[in-house]
Amino acid sequence: MQKSFEAPRSVEQAVATLAKHGAAARLLAGGTDLLVQMRSGVRQPAVVVDVKRIPELTAISLDANGATIGAAVCGDALSERADLAALWPGLFEAAALIGSKQVQGRASIGGNLCNSSPAADTVPALIANQARCIVAGPRGRREVPAEQFNTGPGKNVLAADELLVALFVPRPAARSADAYLRLIPRTEMDIAVVGAGVRVTLAADGTCSAARIALGAVGPTAFLVPEASAALVGKKIDDASLAAAAAAASAAARPIDDKRGTIPYRKHVAGVLTRRAARIAADRAAARA
Amino acid sequence: MPKLHIETKINGEAAEFLCEPHTTLLDALRNNVGLTGVKEGCATGDCGACSVMFDGRLTCACLVLAAEAEGREVETVEGVAKPGQLHPVQQKLLEHAGLQCGVCTPGIVVAAKALLEKNPDPSERDVRFGLAGNLCRCTGYDKIVRAVMDAAATMRA
Repeated sequence: MQKSFEAPRSVEQAVATLAKHGAAARLLAGGTDLLVQMRSGVRQPAVVVDVKRIPELTAISLDANGATIGAAVCGDALSERADLAALWPGLFEAAALIGSKQVQGRASIGGNLCNSSPAADTVPALIANQARCIVAGPRGRREVPAEQFNTGPGKNVLAADELLVALFVPRPAARSADAYLRLIPRTEMDIAVVGAGVRVTLAADGTCSAARIALGAVGPTAFLVPEASAALVGKKIDDASLAAAAAAASAAARPIDDKRGTIPYRKHVAGVLTRRAARIAADRAAARA
Repeated sequence: MPKLHIETKINGEAAEFLCEPHTTLLDALRNNVGLTGVKEGCATGDCGACSVMFDGRLTCACLVLAAEAEGREVETVEGVAKPGQLHPVQQKLLEHAGLQCGVCTPGIVVAAKALLEKNPDPSERDVRFGLAGNLCRCTGYDKIVRAVMDAAATMRA
């Protein structure tokens, strides 16, 4: 049973609160996962720590290096930033796919990451964009690459006395753009069967000079597929290179069988979404040239 | 366990209530404040029957802890129109018979009003996506969508 509610006003206060209560405390951002978990008994924190009173956690800033998105910024607030959406259309597509308007009014990218679901929509997009997770703890701050943040279903690198402060997303290089696609059996409001986040960089002659391809919902965490990236780099983004990237993504996928899809189906779809998302990202990159 | 004393603003007026640390905003509004327009459907954020505006954003009150409301602003269906009057969304839901049992209706009203404030001229698709977080097991949605489209036209006129 939850016995107390804390609402620290600074990162330092939050860290002190976590240090005091240890594993008995649970951080609350949008609550769209936590309150459901508490109600079902999956999690029973004695102390809930609301981080939304900490200005840094609800701030969005953009400078020459990139964007810093506070861990508790809700989807609705993020969607109001057209300047960021223009730079990272794929990340914004992923964020907008999460839940209803009601959920968008609360749920955050930071919470999506920290909930550590293998099917979280924003995580492949963050990985594709080389996002860095800014983590604060009693010994100061550290940065964790997005692809290293989650360690398994429901598990991540945060110690009991640490919190995610923000996500830093570096500005895309010239002729570089991202895309995110997921498959669900309905129009919206569902959990990804497979998700694919891709960022493609084109050289001046139109060949692919760099690519980052990340898959979600086909492994215990979202993960990078360097073999799929390698299939594109140095080549034109065409049917042949995309087919090779798709085959590499299908081969790298390690899904489970469950009600949302069988292993062969998910492996196939991982390839299809990789191919389609890479095409979209490449078209966007070309349009920025 | 000492109760928490929460001071907040509900439907434009200062309000206060006592709650437990684990009380949801939904339960506090219904049981401590007496605003029973907000309904409990699923209590897991799927059905939208408990839709309220929380600091200006559409939210399921079942996914908010009541303690979070300290110093914030909450708007419920009771606040969408002055006493004795109907908001155009409410009026059009009546005219189009966009309700049957009525449990989802307060949430639909709050969500539709929020949608029209952001998008005064929505397409049918916009309305259907905008209300995708509000489940109705009676109407089949067509009458609700028509009512919201008509309300939008009325509000633009």
